[in-house]
Amino acid sequence: MLYAILCYHDEDTVGSWTREQDAAVMKKLAVVQDKLAKQGRLGPVARLLPTTSATTLRKEDPPIVIDGPYAETKEQLLGFYLVDCKNLDEALDVARDLGAANPGGAYEIRPVGLFQPGSTAA
Amino acid sequence: MTDTAWIDAALTSARPQAVGALLRYFRNLDTAEEAFQNACLRALKSWPQNGPPRNPAAWLIMVGRNVAIDEVRRNRKQEPLPDDEAISDLDDAEDALAERLDGSHYRDDILRLLFICCHPDLPATQQIAMALRIVSGLTVKQIARAFLVSEAAMEQRITRAKARVADADVPFETPGAVERTERLSAVAAMIYLIFNEGYSASGDTAEIRAPLCEEAIRLARLLLRLFQSEPEIMGLTALLLLQHARAAARFDAEGALVLLDDQDRSLWNQKMIAEGLALIDKAMRHRRSGPYQIQAAIAALHARATKPEDTDWTEIDLLYGALEIMQPSPVVTLNRAVAVSKVRGPEAALEMIEPLGQRLSNYFHFFGVRGAFLMQLGRNDEARVAFDRAIALANTSAEAAHIRMHLDRLMRDSQPRGVKAGK
Repeated sequence: MLYAILCYHDEDTVGSWTREQDAAVMKKLAVVQDKLAKQGRLGPVARLLPTTSATTLRKEDPPIVIDGPYAETKEQLLGFYLVDCKNLDEALDVARDLGAANPGGAYEIRPVGLFQPGSTAA
Repeated sequence: MTDTAWIDAALTSARPQAVGALLRYFRNLDTAEEAFQNACLRALKSWPQNGPPRNPAAWLIMVGRNVAIDEVRRNRKQEPLPDDEAISDLDDAEDALAERLDGSHYRDDILRLLFICCHPDLPATQQIAMALRIVSGLTVKQIARAFLVSEAAMEQRITRAKARVADADVPFETPGAVERTERLSAVAAMIYLIFNEGYSASGDTAEIRAPLCEEAIRLARLLLRLFQSEPEIMGLTALLLLQHARAAARFDAEGALVLLDDQDRSLWNQKMIAEGLALIDKAMRHRRSGPYQIQAAIAALHARATKPEDTDWTEIDLLYGALEIMQPSPVVTLNRAVAVSKVRGPEAALEMIEPLGQRLSNYFHFFGVRGAFLMQLGRNDEARVAFDRAIALANTSAEAAHIRMHLDRLMRDSQPRGVKAGK
């Protein structure tokens, strides 16, 4: 089954990492990702731009466009992984590995109901 | 990243909100800063054992406030210092406090903290130093390094600025809508000052001064998160990102300035460009234009051009035209003239800047640009005079070196053909 691992973290904290700290975290995460990729279990991975660049469309009638992210919380959704796992335990193991590479914040693990790989090149 | 590095990052990011709230309680900057320092010391002791609190800023505010209040009581009664456990039961208190820290409240706290730093009585350099010290929490040593002055000199500068602010009336009541807008624009201007202080560095100092640019971007993002629907703050953030994206290409290996046209565009930071473009795109939707948005839109046109020839100079000319109306200044006209020279040729551009001569008689860039137009028109003797004046007015060695390059070229061009061919 495919699991989405949604990455939540305090954006202020992530934003105050120095370039070196950021690069160090990305390097550690790459090790975990490479392992999953070699096993053919890694789907799309996304790191989102800061929520300051987010816009929310409220689906009222007519829809309303609001600046900023949907949820006004300290921890924001900053990115996600899609990983193929046999069960929740395996998905939690992957999240633990990722968490060891990048401590702080939280991962929300959500089984995926429908997955379309998409056709975009970028 | 190690655990302590994570704590450092959490303390840094919580700082503006925590110091801002403590300032509201104590109405004294020194007390607020000291309270925050004390809270940080306790965090360094407590967090590695108990794990970080869910809301670090709320924790720090609570602890900072309690320590300071206990200190006042202790001084009054001449009692010994209570031990950590006796200070307060943090676990119970934290959630209650966090709930009271509603968005609008801490928004004004942080804005006030930033606003204090840009007090009109303070000269620009002191405003910047204050903001970096108080809001960003850089050490005096770090700030002194970025300003290329001694630590003692910077310490004195900050002390003097603080004294000045303490004498002034600091507005503690919640600002009204008009006042909030005024504060916001003063703070935005100060953030841009911080950025320019770093951006105007010369090649040999660019590396040490880059933190100023990065700090300005961090503050702009902070401000934008507090005021998510302000197109001008989106514009400011976009402008800083798009300019800073070119940092790696702005100087060559010898530290000489590389002009936009000559920069290796593969060195531009595409991630910053993507964020800057997304922000200006978002800002434009509001149809409430402003100087930062226009400047960001100009920077965006440069960022979008993968080759210098692809630059949309016609659009840049139009945007500078709009900026001239909004913010009339000879410097804006001078910048517009560069776009005009690309669209309508150097003659039209020269004509445009002629009337500025008197007001920009001590401005390096005026003579640099004028010399370049004259050189393009083949009026080499006049160009040389302009370049000589530019060199005399250069602010950095990189600027002077760049003009000298033009002069050398003029010299070569004016030499007889035989000599040139033999070279």
